[in-house]
Amino acid sequence: MPALPLGDAGPYVVAAYLVFLALVLVYVAIMAAKLGRVEREIGELAELAERRAEERRLDGSAAAGAASPASAEAGASR
Amino acid sequence: MRDANFSRGLVPLSIGSVVLLVGGFAMVFLYAPNDADQGFVQKIFYLHVPLAIVALCGFVAGGIYGIRFLRSGDRVHDLRSYVAIHISLILAVGALVTGSIWAKASWGQWWVWEEPTLVSFLIVFLLYACYQPLRFSIEDPERQARYAAVFAVVGGVFVPLNFIAVRAAESLIHPRVLSTTGGSMPGSMRLTFLIALAGMAVLFVTLNKYELTSKRASFQLRALRRRLAGDDDGWVPVRRSAAPQL
Amino acid sequence: MSAATEPRAVPTRVVVAALIRKDLRLELRTRESVPAMLLFSVSTFVLFHFGLDARSLEGDLAAGVLWVTLLFASVLAINRLFVAEREEGGFDGFLLAPVDRTALFLAKATVLFSFLVVLELAAVPAFAVLLLAPPGLPGLLELCALLLLADVGIAVVGTLVGALAVQTRARDLIVPLLALPLMIPVVIAAARGTAPLWLEAGAEPMPGRWPAILGLYDLVFGLLAYAVFDYLLDE
Repeated sequence: MPALPLGDAGPYVVAAYLVFLALVLVYVAIMAAKLGRVEREIGELAELAERRAEERRLDGSAAAGAASPASAEAGASR
Repeated sequence: MRDANFSRGLVPLSIGSVVLLVGGFAMVFLYAPNDADQGFVQKIFYLHVPLAIVALCGFVAGGIYGIRFLRSGDRVHDLRSYVAIHISLILAVGALVTGSIWAKASWGQWWVWEEPTLVSFLIVFLLYACYQPLRFSIEDPERQARYAAVFAVVGGVFVPLNFIAVRAAESLIHPRVLSTTGGSMPGSMRLTFLIALAGMAVLFVTLNKYELTSKRASFQLRALRRRLAGDDDGWVPVRRSAAPQL
Repeated sequence: MSAATEPRAVPTRVVVAALIRKDLRLELRTRESVPAMLLFSVSTFVLFHFGLDARSLEGDLAAGVLWVTLLFASVLAINRLFVAEREEGGFDGFLLAPVDRTALFLAKATVLFSFLVVLELAAVPAFAVLLLAPPGLPGLLELCALLLLADVGIAVVGTLVGALAVQTRARDLIVPLLALPLMIPVVIAAARGTAPLWLEAGAEPMPGRWPAILGLYDLVFGLLAYAVFDYLLDE
């Protein structure tokens, strides 16, 4: 196994490989931030979809049970 | 546009890049002999040159995708071109920094004009650094994609030409300062270099797929949001951006 | 549709000639680009005199100063090249005409080339008088060859970048940022070719590789620009 002269040249070689490592890891960090944002947005959209499904269910039950004037009133008030 | 599932093969590729790069770097320090002229410092060669080669090929690939976009109009090619150039730019910065460190270690200066690879990369970097600002300065997405593709093609042609010109400019007076023992590289060094190069290439493809997948996910998310919000809120404004829109 | 009512496409060379005539006439009337390029060049020579603190330059330094100055002067012309089309609606008018789109590229590149030639007819002697060490202009024939070859390259790339930049928001910034790196091979070949002509000790022959590289550059970018220019014009 060749000797590793950490005297004068060593730090430079290490620095070069560390630069490469840093680039890759910074890229990973940026992608991680994007992923976090995507996850948050998915959460918001899931909530939105949930809310819409809820509204539609309420509408459906109101239209089925109540008479026409009641639903027209409900429609006008929204 | 609906065809490509970008993340297909992403896992095996990333595993491949880990194996090749870690294995290659292990070989650099444990297997390849020290260079006769430059000694230990030469080990940077196994990092700097693969970065440079893959970055150059990436820029040319960006140009090829640009041509495909111009001919087909399919936005996917514009996206591929954008991502290829984006990642090649990052690798180019890596090549510049590692090359500079190498120059400092072996010649005592942070920059050597005599090394054509380094100089070529500086020029190429200066050019492609304008890619994103150019895209950002064009608002119409269709025109943005078209002009960016033209730029990518011109840049892709420029890269090899520039290399030739810079090489010709220096070779008369000064010998290459950062080359290794001329063409007579012993087999162990050559093997190590090839593995490092392969690892860098696989890493490039991996990062490309990674970014493409991420972008596609964002687009689909935005489309989904528009569909869900379309009924009550109405219009969701699209921000001006440099990235291609699918 | 009978042959009589079918519109005949105008042959390209007629279109190119018409466009060139229009632009040259415009330049002769307004005298915008070329005098500005010339004044800029001479001012730059003066700046270099003070910046380098040198009475006279020879060899590498002289060649470098001249070519870098010419390059920056060309950026001025490129910035103005498509402005009239953009602001007065010339693009739309051109697109409506039944002509080959690349005629615009050929015309504009020729116009830019002619601006550069006129500039050099004045600026190179000015340079020789102000800054050049060896008396007169040694190696005139080789110099002219280099100038012409380089002008073709600058014209081709400049027209392409000008057309690209004119539709963006930051037009004046994009042109130098894109054009200068793209034209570095031109400066390399032209300056390296000119340098041995202007050595104080005596002119040396110019290596043949430099005109060859310029020729290669012109050919490659000429073909590329011809192929790609269409896509820069809107539908």
